[in-house]
Amino acid sequence: MVDTSVVLSGWQLDNPVIPASGTFGFGNEFKDFYDINILGTFSFKGTTKEPRFGNPTPRIAECTAGMINAVGLQNPGIDEVIAKELPRMKEYFHKPVIANISGFSLEEYAYCCERIDKEEQVGIIEVNVSCPNVRHGGMSFGTSPEAAAEVTRAVKAVTTKPVYIKLSPNVTDIVSIAKACEVAGADGLCLINTLLGMRIDTMRRKPVIANTMGGFSGAAIFPLAVRMVYQVAKACSIPVIGCGGVETASDVIEMMMAGATAVEVGAANLRDPYASKKIVEGLPVEMERLGIERLQDIIGIVK
Amino acid sequence: MYKNAIYTILENRPLTDQVWRMVLEGDTQWITRPGQFVNIALEGKYLRRPISVSDYDERTLTIIYKVVGEGTRQMSKMQVGEELDLLTGLGNGFDTSKAAPKNLLVGGGVGVPPLYNLAKKLLAEGREVSVVLGFNTAAEVFYAEEFAALGCRVVVTTVDGSQGVKGFVTTALAEGDLAFDYFFSCGPLPMLKALYDATECSGQLSFEERMGCGFGACMGCSCKTKYGNKRICKEGPVLLKEEVIW
Repeated sequence: MVDTSVVLSGWQLDNPVIPASGTFGFGNEFKDFYDINILGTFSFKGTTKEPRFGNPTPRIAECTAGMINAVGLQNPGIDEVIAKELPRMKEYFHKPVIANISGFSLEEYAYCCERIDKEEQVGIIEVNVSCPNVRHGGMSFGTSPEAAAEVTRAVKAVTTKPVYIKLSPNVTDIVSIAKACEVAGADGLCLINTLLGMRIDTMRRKPVIANTMGGFSGAAIFPLAVRMVYQVAKACSIPVIGCGGVETASDVIEMMMAGATAVEVGAANLRDPYASKKIVEGLPVEMERLGIERLQDIIGIVK
Repeated sequence: MYKNAIYTILENRPLTDQVWRMVLEGDTQWITRPGQFVNIALEGKYLRRPISVSDYDERTLTIIYKVVGEGTRQMSKMQVGEELDLLTGLGNGFDTSKAAPKNLLVGGGVGVPPLYNLAKKLLAEGREVSVVLGFNTAAEVFYAEEFAALGCRVVVTTVDGSQGVKGFVTTALAEGDLAFDYFFSCGPLPMLKALYDATECSGQLSFEERMGCGFGACMGCSCKTKYGNKRICKEGPVLLKEEVIW
């Protein structure tokens, strides 16, 4: 019997499989496909202070081995998430959840994190400084070490739960940003968010996405994500949640060997609603094949 | 409620140069209303293809699709006996309980297919059904006879006048001899808007949008309505005329 459990900042998860924010809503659509309590946990839809409709449509473009999205942080706002989504989630999900918080100012990040910090269902606060689909916010906080550190300090000052910063790959040196977050007090990191991408409809001679560009994700970005997780995990001593193009149990193990303590699954959930379930079920099989008894033993094993 | 299952191709043949009909065998219990859709996984394609259900019975479902890109071209090359992975029972579909004694169904191009099962349902409920089917040209026309065979009054319009009424679906409405108190429609956005403006009675409109997942998770196909934000794949694709914001 293999041991799939992992520990994130003192929180023991049954397994490292975590559907990523923005691909899993609040779990509601997936609970009709399978019992989502088999997951390690999940990261809920990126939440801001005010309700947001997001960007105009089309918001989705298909790519080879991936997709571009420019949803633009559509969410019901922190008040409704606390008043409606969390109580409703309690009925079908019985583990702590990761709260993904986004914002357009330091004050907004601090306000939302302080509010969500008081919710007992929340295990970790994941601060998104890497959304490529909104102006004057999101990614602009994640593309310089100073700004990322400032957000980290502002959030840490008003919270008691572990704070993980979700980093953007759209930078020249992700390691310097990761280190700045660690120094500023981050309890962990999550990487990578989507890569800024673009498709053109050659018939119409126009971008496919109404917002012109969007975040590229899916199997195609997996090698990039593994590389960045490897670099960051080597340079930092706080836990890293690996994210980007994960589709199989084998990918989870590879990401963990690169240095991830847990792994988020994103776009794969959209093509196959059972993707995360299949990964959870496939992990023990893959571990046995590779002679791994305790999954925690392989974290960062690659030198 | 929706479901993921494997379906076997019983038939896959062209109706016109670009439009194909595929009959699939498998579990159809999750399809509960006309106007719902299935989301089809294709080998080598990252996202599924959402296609409306044209007709269904206890063990088969029929889809009619236009070859518009690589994915649908791949579908058109599939052989009888091959299998497809589908999410079925997606979307809200048409609500026939709101129908009037006299109903008009308006379809444009590949918006026509979901109206077929709808017409069957409405006729089975004892209601009158007239159908206006709009195409660009005679070579693109399909299913006019199938609707007539159900017992509907059928008017075909073509933009170039090569078959039926010359003009758009609204041209047929303007000619004035179609009596109806409620309408159901599916087609391109400009057609839906023109129909919205041309009708005094209430009705239902089925919209199209690029989708990520097709089951409400990704928020890729959201739209604003008078009753708040809705997802075309989940609370749609059918919206009531009263709630549409253009």
